[in-house]
Amino acid sequence: MTESTHFDVIVIGGGPAGLTAGIYLSRARLNTLIVSDGVPGGQMILTHEIANYPGVESISGYQLSNIMKKQAKNFGCTIKANTTIVDMNLEGPVKEFSLSDGKKYTSDAVILTPGGRSRTLNVPGEAPFKGRGISYCATCDGDFFTGKEIVVVGGGNSALEEAVSLTKYATKVTIVHQFDHFQAFEYAVEEARANDRIHFIMESAITRFNGDDKLESVEIKNLKTGETEDFRTDGVFIFIGYVPNTEFLKGKIGMNQWNEIVVDSDMASNLPGVYAAGDSIVKRYRQVTTAVGDATIAALAASNYLHQLKTKQLHESLTH
Amino acid sequence: MLYTNLHHVMTAADHQKLINENENVMICCGRMGPMCIPVYGIMEDLEDEYKHVKFADMEFDNPEAYVIRDVPEVRGFMGIPFTMYYRNGKLVKATSSIQSPAQVRAILDREFATADVK
Ligand SMILES: Cc1cc2nc3c(=O)[nH]c(=O)nc-3n(C[C@H](O)[C@H](O)[C@H](O)COP(=O)(O)OP(=O)(O)OC[C@H]3O[C@@H](n4cnc5c(N)ncnc54)[C@H](O)[C@@H]3O)c2cc1C
Repeated sequence: MTESTHFDVIVIGGGPAGLTAGIYLSRARLNTLIVSDGVPGGQMILTHEIANYPGVESISGYQLSNIMKKQAKNFGCTIKANTTIVDMNLEGPVKEFSLSDGKKYTSDAVILTPGGRSRTLNVPGEAPFKGRGISYCATCDGDFFTGKEIVVVGGGNSALEEAVSLTKYATKVTIVHQFDHFQAFEYAVEEARANDRIHFIMESAITRFNGDDKLESVEIKNLKTGETEDFRTDGVFIFIGYVPNTEFLKGKIGMNQWNEIVVDSDMASNLPGVYAAGDSIVKRYRQVTTAVGDATIAALAASNYLHQLKTKQLHESLTH
Repeated sequence: MLYTNLHHVMTAADHQKLINENENVMICCGRMGPMCIPVYGIMEDLEDEYKHVKFADMEFDNPEAYVIRDVPEVRGFMGIPFTMYYRNGKLVKATSSIQSPAQVRAILDREFATADVK
């Protein structure tokens, strides 16, 4: 039961940050394990086309993920996908993990790259109607709503851009947004306003999803007056931003009020030997390039930490 | 064709043959998009562990996929992938949109329970 497998470094998360850390660490001949609770690639899988990754004119997120995964594997990195962490201890010199495969693993250093995910509304009916009228992906499910009337929730760039793209299918798109103004860039707002299939319900929020087998209506609450109305709709697309996947780190590592991991310029956290990179750290710009950049720094800093640790251990064994 | 490492179902006849010749079959019917790829990945990972289940995929836009798209059990489904579970040739469960590894495992363990699988 207490038997465990030891790695030099364990990386938590298999998005671009985690895979980059895997590439650098394995190439430096450090025995590395990547544990990811999804498929390798993380949010890159959500991207149909990535056109701003330098050196590659245009590539699907799926393909870029597979290349990064192959690079890491070719250098000898072990990747466990669809695996979750059941328990862990990040304090002390040896880091310990129990995984959902029932096994235990230890390491001398850790790089946390759990990234982020789409925010959900968290109101009654949201889970049961996912795939039965509620969608988080316009390119995936847009064509189910051909000739239908739908709602888009959100006020950022993705909400407005996706609302415009959904007018290819839906005859009427109603944008429901909680504020009286949009957070999106001006061009996106103008494009949405100019589209006569798009309507707006401002300062309002969906408070419930109703239906039988499939979604039939939503309860929309006016946040100023408190009044609610039952709004008939065939579908709802939700684009309300992202949250970091750091719930499992609560109380275990230094985070800010938005649950983003606090790191220094070496991507080091408040715990010795624990580094973090990518979308889950405190930062302003969340892109593949920045995730890959942070992870390079984290991997090199972790390598240096391990080198110093080994030198210290050698020194101690010689002097004692 | 879907570029996964799963067995690909190409025609309605293939589909019929697969569910007739295997006791337990899971087929994920989708595209190469963000809601589908994770489910194919989960299936690829579970193939070794669930040897008593045949895992396969089918392209949603293949006209022959009417065998999945047009059955009454998927009425109301508005999110890809449509994931179908067959036991002894009969549809026992269908889900719409992305699923987590835990959700897939729960269905496999419930619908395809065997004495020797935990
Ligand atoms: C729709 C969309 C389009 C985008 N388009 C672009 C673009 O065109 N160009 C661009 O540069 N960027 C784009 N981005 C942003 C880019 O995808 C992210 O900035 C980048 O993926 C962040 O990388 P990451 O490795 O930090 O995290 P993620 O990609 O989120 O990966 C994190 C991984 O960690 C796993 N994980 C989470 N928690 C745990 C846990 N507890 N245990 C184990 N594993 C865990 C997750 O399953 C996931 O696989 C886009 C994002 C979205 C959503």
